[in-house]
Amino acid sequence: MSVTLLDFARGPAMQWALIIFVFGMVWRLVGVWGLRHKADHSQPRVTQGVWKRGLRAVFVRVLPYPEFAPKVQGQYWISYVFHLGFFIVLLFFVPHILFFEDILGFGWPGLPNNVIFFVGGITVAALMVALIKRILNPVTRMMSNFDDYFAWFVTIAPVVTGLLVNANLIPNYELMLAIHILSFQLLLIYLPFGKLMHGFWLMVSRWTTAVRFARRGGLS
Amino acid sequence: MTDPIIEHAVDMESKRFGLKKPMVRYDTQGEMSDAERVKKAMQHFAKDFGYVAATYMESCVHCGICANACHFYVTTGDPKYTPIWKIEPFKQAYKREAGPFAFFYKLFNLKHKVTVEELEAWQELIYDSCTMCGRCTLACPMSIDIASLVGMARHAMFHAGLVPHELWAVALKAEEEGSPLGANPKVFKERIRWMEDEHEVDMYIDKEQADILVCMSSIEIQKYPKSMADTAKVLNYLGLSWTFHTEGYEATNFGLLSGNLDWQKDMSQKIIDTAIKIKAKTVLLPECGHAYQAMRWHGANMYGQSLPFTVVHISEFLADAVEQGKLKLRTVGKTAAFHDPCQVSRRGGATQAPRKIIEALGIELREPASSGDFNWCCGGGGGVITIHRADELRYKAMELKLKQMDSTRAHLMLTSCSNCRQNFDDSGEHLAWGRKIESLLELVADNLIEDK
Ligand code: SF4
Ligand code: SF4
Repeated sequence: MSVTLLDFARGPAMQWALIIFVFGMVWRLVGVWGLRHKADHSQPRVTQGVWKRGLRAVFVRVLPYPEFAPKVQGQYWISYVFHLGFFIVLLFFVPHILFFEDILGFGWPGLPNNVIFFVGGITVAALMVALIKRILNPVTRMMSNFDDYFAWFVTIAPVVTGLLVNANLIPNYELMLAIHILSFQLLLIYLPFGKLMHGFWLMVSRWTTAVRFARRGGLS
Repeated sequence: MTDPIIEHAVDMESKRFGLKKPMVRYDTQGEMSDAERVKKAMQHFAKDFGYVAATYMESCVHCGICANACHFYVTTGDPKYTPIWKIEPFKQAYKREAGPFAFFYKLFNLKHKVTVEELEAWQELIYDSCTMCGRCTLACPMSIDIASLVGMARHAMFHAGLVPHELWAVALKAEEEGSPLGANPKVFKERIRWMEDEHEVDMYIDKEQADILVCMSSIEIQKYPKSMADTAKVLNYLGLSWTFHTEGYEATNFGLLSGNLDWQKDMSQKIIDTAIKIKAKTVLLPECGHAYQAMRWHGANMYGQSLPFTVVHISEFLADAVEQGKLKLRTVGKTAAFHDPCQVSRRGGATQAPRKIIEALGIELREPASSGDFNWCCGGGGGVITIHRADELRYKAMELKLKQMDSTRAHLMLTSCSNCRQNFDDSGEHLAWGRKIESLLELVADNLIEDK
C-alpha cells in the first residue's frame, strides 16, 4: 500500500499540485492586475527615475527603516531565518536537487546532509518562535485568522516530515517519504489561495507604493 | 433628523476651533434599513476600487508591524488601533465580494457578510482614530498604504450614513455654506478688510485677472487671521499679481475628510473654476496639510484631467522665493523645532521646503528623533480634531508629540499647518504644555527686510 501511495505522491499528485499552483497563482495575480488602473492627473514633482525608485523599494524595504527597527527588527530576523532556512533546505538538499533536475533538466551542487539537517532544525525552531509570538502578542493574536495558522502549518509540515524521513525514526521509510512529498504538495496547492502569496504581492505592493510616492517626491 | 447646522453652533471660544459639543450624539445619518446601509457601504467602497487598492488588500501578512507606527496604538496600547485592523470589515468584504477568489469565499461562506453592527463599531476606528497620516505606510514591510485604504473606507461609511456627527455636520456646512466653520464669502470679505486695516497691508479681493489665486483655510480666516495679512504682505513684497476670490477661497476639503467624493469634487471645483476664470498661473495654498493633499494631489483627479495651473503650498512658495534670493530675511538666530505636517511632508513630498526657510531665517533647526518624513502626527488631522468623542485619544497622541518637540530643548516651536497649530493650542492647554507653536509663514512675514 505504502508503495502505491509513494507512487501516487510522485506521480499524479505532483502533477496536479503543480497545475493548481501555477494556475491559482496566475489567476490571482492577473485577477488583481486586470482591475482598473486609474491615471493620476496630478502634476508630478519628480518625473525622472520613478520606475527605478519602484524597483529599488522592493529591495530597500527588505529591512525596516532605522526609525522602526528597534521595535520590529526581532520579528524581521525570525522571519528571515525561517524563510531562508526553508529555501536552503528546499534548494540545496541533494535529493531535492535530483527532483528538480528531473523536471528542469539541469541540477546544481548541494550542501552536505548534516548542514541541511541543522538548517532544517533551525527553521523549525524559528517557525515555532514565530507561532508563539503570534499567539502571545495581543495585536497579532487579534488579527490572526485561519489563513495565518494554516499557512504556518503547511510551511512547517514539509520541513518536519523531511527531517523525520531522514532521521530514520520511522521504520516505514517509504510511507514517511510519501507523507513528506504530499505535505509539500499541500503547500503548493494552498499557496495561491492564502497569505503565502505574499512572496509575490510583496514585489507588486512595494513597487506600487514606491511609484505612487516617488512622483510626489515623497518617501515610501 | 435634526438639522446639524442649527443644532451645532460654531464654537469660537475654544482653542480648538470647531462645532460646539453636541448635547446628544447622532452618529447615524439618514433613514435607511440596516441592509440598505450595508449595501450602500459596499457599493461605494467598490466604486473607486482599482488595482492599487486590491493589491493592498491582498498583501497583508498580519504581522502587526504597522501598529508600532501609529500614535493611537503606541499611546494607548490597545490592539484595536492597529492600522490595518481599522479597515478589517472592508478587507473581509473585498475577499468575499471583489477579490479573484470571491466566488470561492462566497460559495463556502469562508468570510461572512459584513453586518451593520460591525460597521457601526468600526466608525470609531475609521474616523476617530485615524488621521490618515501615513506613518504606518512606512513601517509596513509590504508597503501597504493603509492611509489611502482608510480614505476609501470613509467613502463607504459616508454613504451608509455612519459618520461621526460633528464631522458630518461640518462637511454639510462646507457643502451648503461654502465653509465648514462659518467663513462664508461675506465673513471672509469682512475679515480681510479688518486685517487690511489692522496690519496696513493691501489685500486684493475678486480681481478679474491675477497670476496667483490665494486660498485660505477657515481655521486661518476665523482663528488666525494674521496669516491672511502675512500672506498678503509677502506677496506684495515680491511685487506679484495676486488676489483672494470670494468664489473660490476655502482650501480645506471636508468632502475628502468625511468621505463624500461628490462634495470633495464640488469643493475642489470651486477653486479650479475660479483659478481658470481669473487666468491664474498658480494656486497658492495656505498653511494647511489636508488642503494640500486635496488640491495638490487629488485636485487634478477630481477635475479629471491635469490642471491648467500649478498648485503650491505656502512653504514651498516661500522656499522658492528664498532660494531665488527674492526674499530678504532678518536673522532670527535662535533654535527651533519644526513639526512636519504629515500631508505636506511625508505624504506631500515637500519635506525640505520648511527647512530651507528656517535656514534662511538664520535659525538653527534641531531635528528631534523621528522628524521629517518619519514625524509623529499631531493626532488632529483627517478631521479627528472636529470629533469631541475623540478628544481623549487626541490628547494622548499629543503627549507623544509634545515629548518629541520638547526633547529638542529649542527656543521656538514651529509648524506650517494651521490645523496642527490649533491642535497644539488646544491640546497644549489641556496638557499644560506652557508653550506655543508658531506659524512659519508669520515668522517669515515678521522678519522681512523691507528696504530691498
Ligand atoms: S495613517 Fe496614521 S493615524 Fe492612520 S493608522 Fe496609519 S499611523 Fe495611525
Ligand atoms: S504591517 Fe502591513 S502586512 Fe503587517 S499587519 Fe500591518 S498592514 Fe499587514
